Amino acid sequence: MSDDNKKKEIDDLSGVETTGHEWDGLKELNNPLPRWWVWIFIITIVWSAWYFVIYPSWPVPGGATEGASGYTQFKELAHNQAEITARQEAYLARFEGADFETILKTPDLYAFAVAGGKSAFKDNCATCHGAGGQGAKGFPNLNDDDWLWGGSLEDIHQTIQYGIRADNWDTRDSQMPAFGADELLERSEIDAVVDYVLTLSGGKQTSSHAQGMQIFAEQCAACHGEDGRGMRELGAPNLTDKIWLYGGDRETVYETVFNARAGLMPAWNERLDENTIKQLTIYLHELGGGE
Amino acid sequence: MSWKSHETLEKNSILLLIGIIVVVLIGGIVEIIPLFRKETVIEPVEGVRPYTPLELAGYNIYIREGCYNCHSQQIRPLRDEVVRYGHYSLAAESMYDHPFQWGSKRTGPDLARVGGKYSDEWQTAHLVEPRDLVPESIMPSYEFLLKKGAKLHNLDKHLKTLRITGVPYSDEMIENAEKDAAAQATGEDRADISGLQERYGENVNARDFDGQENMISEMDALVAYLQVLGTMVDFEAAQQIEGTQ
Repeated sequence: MSDDNKKKEIDDLSGVETTGHEWDGLKELNNPLPRWWVWIFIITIVWSAWYFVIYPSWPVPGGATEGASGYTQFKELAHNQAEITARQEAYLARFEGADFETILKTPDLYAFAVAGGKSAFKDNCATCHGAGGQGAKGFPNLNDDDWLWGGSLEDIHQTIQYGIRADNWDTRDSQMPAFGADELLERSEIDAVVDYVLTLSGGKQTSSHAQGMQIFAEQCAACHGEDGRGMRELGAPNLTDKIWLYGGDRETVYETVFNARAGLMPAWNERLDENTIKQLTIYLHELGGGE
Repeated sequence: MSWKSHETLEKNSILLLIGIIVVVLIGGIVEIIPLFRKETVIEPVEGVRPYTPLELAGYNIYIREGCYNCHSQQIRPLRDEVVRYGHYSLAAESMYDHPFQWGSKRTGPDLARVGGKYSDEWQTAHLVEPRDLVPESIMPSYEFLLKKGAKLHNLDKHLKTLRITGVPYSDEMIENAEKDAAAQATGEDRADISGLQERYGENVNARDFDGQENMISEMDALVAYLQVLGTMVDFEAAQQIEGTQ
């Protein structure tokens, strides 16, 4: 590379001045930067100056410059939310004060409730109760007619608002005793009562049937009813049908009696607003099992 | 200046060096100065406290298992996110996270406000086998957390280390770290949680998170951590701050 040639040299072919650098006979042309590039460069500098003025940008003591437009993401969020609220307003004004009966009878309010309930269900409820409300072990199916705490609109509304065994004063609460773990019954007695319970939904009678029946009457009937049909005030399930929350095989029922069960549902009144809870109530009621 | 003036810089190494230093300095100042002023952008929100030792153990498991690869912990101030996840995240909510768990990818949902959304039983059952509860889930199973005892004996060292980074753990908190963790994972019924409440507040969740009475497992720690996420802030106080912005 020879750098000592200070004389301007014009390349024969292109007519462009060279830098005077030469590598093995190859010479470097001294072309200017492309115009388009220079212009974009200048525009970005101008644009950044404009941005500094319009938007919050520079850190200063006590925070940052606010920007001439007064833009913040909080304001944009509030604006976007207001837009949605305005669109819902047409329904909300009537929905808010309406009782369930009116909503069920008014087609557009009903459609509004079901649409809102459906989307709220997907995010908040489906994780336990399944995307279609089909439930899972320990989490009730919401499509059938079997309700632990009641399937009327008022009952469902109450359950969603305050939950079950949740951290809330108004929550639905009850506790099944752990007959085995707390040594309320002998293992043989549990065996007997489990066999008896299974006969309620069509199982075969065993030799301890009479003993099981007596234990059931003493220990279980207070909540599950003398006939085993359950009691909704206490969330005690019906034992005579074939619907089982935790499983109806002998082993699972034994485990249930031994350790007791106490499913938990969070209270939603602090997380969801009243209208969403109302929408959910109607959506659930209409899933199939509403009373 | 002609368009050839760069020649002067290119042919004078000292001048070029000075030029480089000036440019790097400007870039450095623009990036570094705001960090020294971060107290001006973290809203002083009521209610955010350092993690209890058990929650911290859970936080460490969260990092160890790489939960952040699929779950974010930042609700952006966008309408759709606020509708789905709740109030957008505040800077103060992650000020005691070292490192923060904002994440950058959501294969699973955001977890910034998952605390209290589901029951402990749900969280445990879901971590053991996600598909039992959410058939379409692709989350791995973390059943082994139930069988692995949580390491509590060295939690005081974790607290001490975090104190160096500015998390306000008191001497008393460090001294009682192991005890507090055990009490929190056992619950009110079978343990004395008054000390824990005194140090970390009345609202601290203390119960047997994983349902195994006989041991304090890593599941206990992780669920304790998940159940406190996003639940600390006093939103009424936060709203007042928003009003000023």
